[in-house]
Amino acid sequence: MSIYWSVLTVILLLAITAPTALAFGFAGASAARSRIAPVSWLGRGYIAVVRGVPDIAFFLFFVIALDQVIEATRHHVLCPDWVEPIRQGSDFVVCQAAKMPLGNAPQWVHESYGFAVAVFTFAIVFGAFAANVIQGAMGAVPRGQIETGESYGMTSRQTFWRILVPQMWIYALPGLSNLWMILIKATPLLFLLGIQDIVYWARELGGIKTSRFTDYPHGDWRMWYFLALLVFYLIFTRFSEITLERLMTRLTRGQATTAGEAQRKADTT
Amino acid sequence: MNACVQTVTDYGLRAVGIGKRLLPREDFTLCEQFTLIGSGMIWNVYFGVLALIAGFGFATLLALGKASNIKTVRKPSEWFIFLFRGSPLFIQFFFGYFLFLKLKIVFPIFAPFTAAWLGALVVLFFNTSAYTAEIFYGALRSIPKGDVEAADAYGLSGWSRFKRVIWPTMLRLAWPAYTNEAIFLFHATTLVFFSGFPAWQQRGDALYYASYFADKTFNPFIPYPILAGYFILLTLCVIGLFSIVNRRLNRHLPANTRQRLRIRPNLIR
Repeated sequence: MSIYWSVLTVILLLAITAPTALAFGFAGASAARSRIAPVSWLGRGYIAVVRGVPDIAFFLFFVIALDQVIEATRHHVLCPDWVEPIRQGSDFVVCQAAKMPLGNAPQWVHESYGFAVAVFTFAIVFGAFAANVIQGAMGAVPRGQIETGESYGMTSRQTFWRILVPQMWIYALPGLSNLWMILIKATPLLFLLGIQDIVYWARELGGIKTSRFTDYPHGDWRMWYFLALLVFYLIFTRFSEITLERLMTRLTRGQATTAGEAQRKADTT
Repeated sequence: MNACVQTVTDYGLRAVGIGKRLLPREDFTLCEQFTLIGSGMIWNVYFGVLALIAGFGFATLLALGKASNIKTVRKPSEWFIFLFRGSPLFIQFFFGYFLFLKLKIVFPIFAPFTAAWLGALVVLFFNTSAYTAEIFYGALRSIPKGDVEAADAYGLSGWSRFKRVIWPTMLRLAWPAYTNEAIFLFHATTLVFFSGFPAWQQRGDALYYASYFADKTFNPFIPYPILAGYFILLTLCVIGLFSIVNRRLNRHLPANTRQRLRIRPNLIR
């Protein structure tokens, strides 16, 4: 049964991460465009640092680091009279009340905490890439469009929300859809973050015997489970490709691009 | 200082099985971490370089196949590229490993394929071929029409037209994207020992040792930055080598129209 849940876990992760990462990306790109220097540095710094760090090392590193940062902060707030240092040689010691989640919390809290950390990690990483795409898209909106808005007496906030943002999506979409494909293909890495996702269950259920179940009436089926996963991902990416293609056609309508012009000509004749 | 030299002689080639058998168990020094992670880089370089060289030839064939007019050639190439680009590399490693395990029972000749040095190399080779083929295919399609017409006018056809005009132009157009693919491939080699392939006698790659240290010390802030440092060095080497080739490919063009290589960091495939 759990393998079906784990498929839902993957889809849930995608459903939560994609909008969150988009929000991070939008915030990052807007910050990088800001005229206030520290805000702009913050946005640029975020994009540059996260994109520069090698891929899965970030996933392995960031989860432990985030966990330790949260626990250390809670430790300082909740147990101020604790005198011993947190790092003792190769141990990481915090007081009982600062454990995250609490040691006596029920199982589902532990699981959803792990899941939340994973979602946050994915959102941070993909947010930086999305920010880069959106920043490029904002720069690609023709200057004349914004100047027109200004000549109508719009404030810079108004030109940003009414002209720049609606028009930028068409330029951002190819990059974003590429990112979505990468995001789909990054979901098996949940397994590395210690979450019982489909990779975990494919290994457990396919094996002859495992830690959790003593004996199966079948031989080594892991190959078939992984083949099923492979096909699952292939169908998923193919389906996304087709959907994104449709969305692209829809968004191109009436835009001042070559494709939009071609569409207009095809409509009139 | 002498202790560090001793550590280097003990562990410098540990990843290929030369030197001390036992890994350090406690009181990890910085020197040990640097040496072991560095020794793990041997595997990353090995996988990356061999897969890249072998993949280059196969990718050219695949790209030509995909651009072909003959349906029986085009369809298999398209499917191959879709299969390896549409599914996560992580799942491909798992599937490949278990597939080789199954094959080993039937045909003993597949025994070496279940070890990382050959099995993972084969998977990486197919994967990078598919990605590179897509890049080359894109470049093939954007070869200026005039170039091919000029070749026709000179009476070049068939093999000599391909060798003298189409192939060099394709490489020149594809080179920036191909550089990224190469960097990306080196990053992807870190996945090998985190998928099915076992690290025999604890001979692992750089990330394997880095996570070993992080597990033992509960301190991710030392091994992962070391790993990141090594990878940044490796990336710089790759860019250096590829830009030499890039200069040679572009040497006939006027200086101001030459394409420059830019790093566009990418994510997990």
